[in-house]
Order: sequence, then structure tokens, then C-alpha cells
Amino acid sequence: MMDVLHWDGTLSAKDFRIGAFAFAQKWESRNLAFPPWSWLPCPKHPWLAPPKEEGYLSLEKICISRPNEEEDIDQISQIDTGEEETCCSGNEDVLDDATLVQSNHHELHYCDFQIVYSSTFRVPVLYFRAYCSDGRPLPLDEIEKELPACSSKELSKKKWTFITQEEHPYLKRPWYKLHPCGTAEWMKLLFLSDNANPKFEVVLELYLLSWFSVVGQVFGLRISFKISD
Amino acid sequence: MFFAHHIILWFLSFSAKTEPISSQPFLNAAAGVGGVAAAILKSGFNSGNGSTKVCMGRRNSSSNPSPRIPSHHSSSSSSCSGQLLSFSSLFLFFYIFFANSKPFQILAPRIGYLPLLAPLIKPYFSSTLPPGVDTIWFDCNGLPLKWYIPTGVLFDLLCPEPERPWNITVHFRGYPGNVLIPCEGEDSVKWSFINSLKEAAYIMNGNCKNVMNMSQSDQLELWHSVMNGNLEAYQRVSSKLKLATVDDEYASLCLQKSQQSVIETDLPAQAKTGRVPVRLYVLSVSKDFDDLDEIPRVDSWEKISYINRPVEIRKEDKCFTLHDALKILLPELFLDESLMNVKLGGVDLEDAVRNSNEDVTSVKVVEDQGQNVCKQPEACRISSSAKIKLIRIQGIEPKLEIPFSWVANNLLNPDYFLHVCVCVKVAQ
Repeated sequence: MMDVLHWDGTLSAKDFRIGAFAFAQKWESRNLAFPPWSWLPCPKHPWLAPPKEEGYLSLEKICISRPNEEEDIDQISQIDTGEEETCCSGNEDVLDDATLVQSNHHELHYCDFQIVYSSTFRVPVLYFRAYCSDGRPLPLDEIEKELPACSSKELSKKKWTFITQEEHPYLKRPWYKLHPCGTAEWMKLLFLSDNANPKFEVVLELYLLSWFSVVGQVFGLRISFKISD
Repeated sequence: MFFAHHIILWFLSFSAKTEPISSQPFLNAAAGVGGVAAAILKSGFNSGNGSTKVCMGRRNSSSNPSPRIPSHHSSSSSSCSGQLLSFSSLFLFFYIFFANSKPFQILAPRIGYLPLLAPLIKPYFSSTLPPGVDTIWFDCNGLPLKWYIPTGVLFDLLCPEPERPWNITVHFRGYPGNVLIPCEGEDSVKWSFINSLKEAAYIMNGNCKNVMNMSQSDQLELWHSVMNGNLEAYQRVSSKLKLATVDDEYASLCLQKSQQSVIETDLPAQAKTGRVPVRLYVLSVSKDFDDLDEIPRVDSWEKISYINRPVEIRKEDKCFTLHDALKILLPELFLDESLMNVKLGGVDLEDAVRNSNEDVTSVKVVEDQGQNVCKQPEACRISSSAKIKLIRIQGIEPKLEIPFSWVANNLLNPDYFLHVCVCVKVAQ
């Protein structure tokens, strides 16, 4: 088994799949405010059915609008998206009548998230796109307004290195992504920082959860968990 | 409705076709890099039309097999990449169409990007442009062209039978935001290039510190050298990056055979990962064809699979070829004979594909009278209905048994990525 002390913070494609399922499970059991993540197969070739073992995680229509500066996103009750959606949404869904605890004088903004494995960096990458309730896509400067203050500061400092816009590897539409080049390093630190020497299986179980607890904060998404669990 | 202004860019493209080399091991071509590049350069500029046939590999006057150890072994990657860039920065001659106006002829570098041509194109048609903001984009036979893909790659992918000139259409309005990611001119292209470079650095060195730590002036100089096709400036700045290139495997193997000892690779300061950055573009067609002009025109990006995946060169006792690299990138197209038999025995095909993905089968090397020759690959087919019809890198069609390390050392784009275009005939 892999010795975590010599681990470089990265995952193989196979491990990503294991980690993704573990993450989706934990997410569902701990985060009642959010819908579950869906595992979708990666469409590789138009003439071939997508291989089952290669896929990505998708979470759609998360409201990122901040009612006021202090409140965290997880306080807001979630728009009910109902049944599992396919990966090619972005269509103009009629807004559900679910209640929202906030003033309505400004339009609601939503975000789709995807966790995609990068074979270059060998880590998960967070892709996202934001839109209004009528489906109109939001450009980055609009999205920035919804982010917690520290994120926008970081964004403005080194905009191009932090968030990049590129074509989604599978959906072939413009998406934004959080650049993954530092991920392996801080993931390694996360697991080795408190002198613990966990087994790799444990690391794998918690990898995506830990990872998301960091990247989710860009959007003010907080999830609760403890590594020692 | 806005006018679609057509600018015609003449694409003067040579297409180097490989001639069958039966007696000569193809590996000799690796040694003849300089000769090949020079030959292509000369013939590319001399011919004004028609394809140019260039033989990959030296033509020896005698019929004796060439020496095992190449007389010209370039251990320094810089001279190889020097030849690479002078060879690949050849210009493609475009004929850009713009409604009713006289077509605009332009030579565009293969290694460049289409939006960078805007400052040359716009003035030519400024009189016919309606007032307002212009956002330039291009299409080829109705297919909007992705601006972040290098010009030469677009040509290799979309023009299997190289058109001379390449007729494309320029637009200044009606940017297709549902198909193309936004492009705000030179800046967008520059950042796309830098991000690719970062990615390549990560793949080759295990980190992208060298790119991140580039000074502003170096970054600008590097970018300008790419924009202007300035090879000297590019080499000067890119060599500071110390991006680990791959060992020339053929030469190492030859030395190994003769010295009967394990060669210590000469490691630079950074660890070499042995991974090569590759971007693979796969065009799939459903009907088999004999002539390239039978390939149907690409009318949608849905027909093209894009695979951005590094290839790790396995250091084994045999040469790691382009064929081996493709097996890793497109395992669906390659199944071992043995696995084929297993399939007939009722094993799930998916499992077979998965297995072949994880344990990459290697090409057997056949010792042929003391020479190190890579065996001619079996026809790459998953069944009689799927096979690779065409491979193009930098406009040339290398043979499958070419050492992949040679390809990695000589056919990279300035972003240090190997862009490979493949046409596959599949069952439908």
C-alpha cells in the first residue's frame, strides 16, 4: 500500500473514481441543505459509449446569491431541483416556487458545479458556470460580486491565474475553472499537517471532501466534517 | 444581419507524405532530423502549388543498411528544437473570404493563432465594416474555428486533403458564444498560451514553478516571439524555463546495446517525469475511404474528440513508438490478438478495453541482423470496422513505428504540447 508520507498529493484516475463515490456518499449524509452530486460518465468519443469507469461529479442550480454580507450560503434553503438532471442542462428551467429566506429586490444567481479529474495535474478540478434565474449566463465580474470578500480580493489580485475560462472538456461549452496547479501540494499538507500518518485508504475516503472544503470556500460553501472522523 | 466579410487567406501548405521504406529502418529518420527539416523547408518554399512529397529518412546511395549508431546524434535538445521550429514555423498560405470583397491573401504561421491576424485583416476591410464593435472570428465551411487551437493544427484537422489555399471566412459580428469561448483579442490568446505552457511544464517537470516565476519581461518576450515567429528570441527565453525534454530513446538504446550497460540519464536540475504533453484531436468518419478528398467535411465539433492527456514514455528494452503512444491515448482502437480471442470466449469487451488500458502492451522489437528495428505494427483495429486512417503532426504524416521520443523532441508547438490530429474510421 502507498506510504502516505511519500505521497505527492495526487490521485490516479482510478482513485479519483473511488474518492468521488466516497465524497458523494458523505456529502449526501452530511449536507441536507444541498442536493446530492451525480456521477456522470465522460463522453469520450461520439462513436463509442462512454466508459463507465471514467466520469465526473455534477451538482446543479446552487443558489449563490448572498442575501446579506454576513450570512453563509448554507443558511439558505435550497431550490429544489427535484429529479436527477442530465449533464447538458443550462436550459431555461422555470423557477420553482420554493421559498427563499431573503429579500427579492435583486435577482437570484445560480451556479452549476462539476468536479472533473485532470490527467495532467492528477487532481480533481472544480468547474463552474453561473447564470440568472432566466438562464442567462453570468460573466465572471458578475459572479465575483456574489463571492465572499476574500475571494474577490484574491481574484482581482491575480485574476488570470486563479480562475480561468475554457471549454469544458466534455460538455464543450465555456465554463470557468479553479486552476489546479497548486492542488497537489496543499492536499498533501492537509493530510500530513497534524503529524498523523493515515493509511492511504483513509486518505482516499476523505480526499475529495477535504479538497472541497477548501475550494468550496471560494463560493462561501461550507461543509462540516472532521478529518479525524 | 451583418455582413460576413470574407477574407481569403491562402494556405500554402506542403504536405509531406511518407514514402514506404521497406529495407531502411525508419529509425534512421531520427538521425536525419537536420536533413529532413532542411528538405522540407526547401521544397515547401519552392513549390507554389501542389503537394510536396518528402521522403522521411535519408536516401542512401548504397543499398547497405545504415549504421546503427546515427552519425548525427543530437543530444542537445536545443538544436533539435531549433530545427523543429524553423521547420514548423513555416507559413500556411490563406485565402480569407469576406463577402463580395476581393479575397485577402496572407501567410500565417502554423504555430500561431488565428485571432492574432486581426490587425492585418481588419484594415483591409475597414471600409466595408459597418459601425460598431467588432469581435473577430473565423469559420471554415460553416464550422466556427476554435481560436485557442494553433492555426496549423486546425488546418491539419479540417483539411485532410490539404487545400491550397485554405479558404476560410472571417466575421466581425455575431460571435457564436454557444460554440466558441469568448476571445478578447491578443490578451485572451496570450493567456491561453501561457496556461498551456504551465500545463506542459507541470507535465514535464512535475510543477509549473518555472513558468509562474517568469519575470514580466520574459513572459512578454516569450509571447512576442511566438506572435512574430521569432525563433531566436523564443529559444533564448524558453531555454531559461529548463523544461525537461525527453531522452532521445533511439540513441540511448543504441548506446546501450553497444556498451552493454545501463545508461544513466543526464538529469537536469528538475526531475524528469518522462511524461509528454499531448493534445489529440480525433476526427471520426463512418465510411471507409481511399482518397483523402473523400473524407466528409467537418460540420460540427461534435465529430471531433479532444483528448488532453500526457503520455508517459515507458523505458523498457524496446523502443517506445508513436504507435505505443496512440495505444495509450486511444485504447478503444487497439486490442491485442489475445484479447480478441478472449472476447470470442465471451469476456466482456469493456473489461478487455480496461485491461488493455491499464497494462499497456508493448510493441515487440525484432532483432534484425543486429539492427534495432521496431516491428511494423499490426493493423490498428478493434475489429475489421475501426482503424486509424491518418495521423498528422505539424503537417507531416509520421509512420507509426517512429520513436515517440523523437516526435516529442522535435514536433512540439511553442506551448510545449504535441498536437496530434488523427482520422479514424469507425463502425456506425
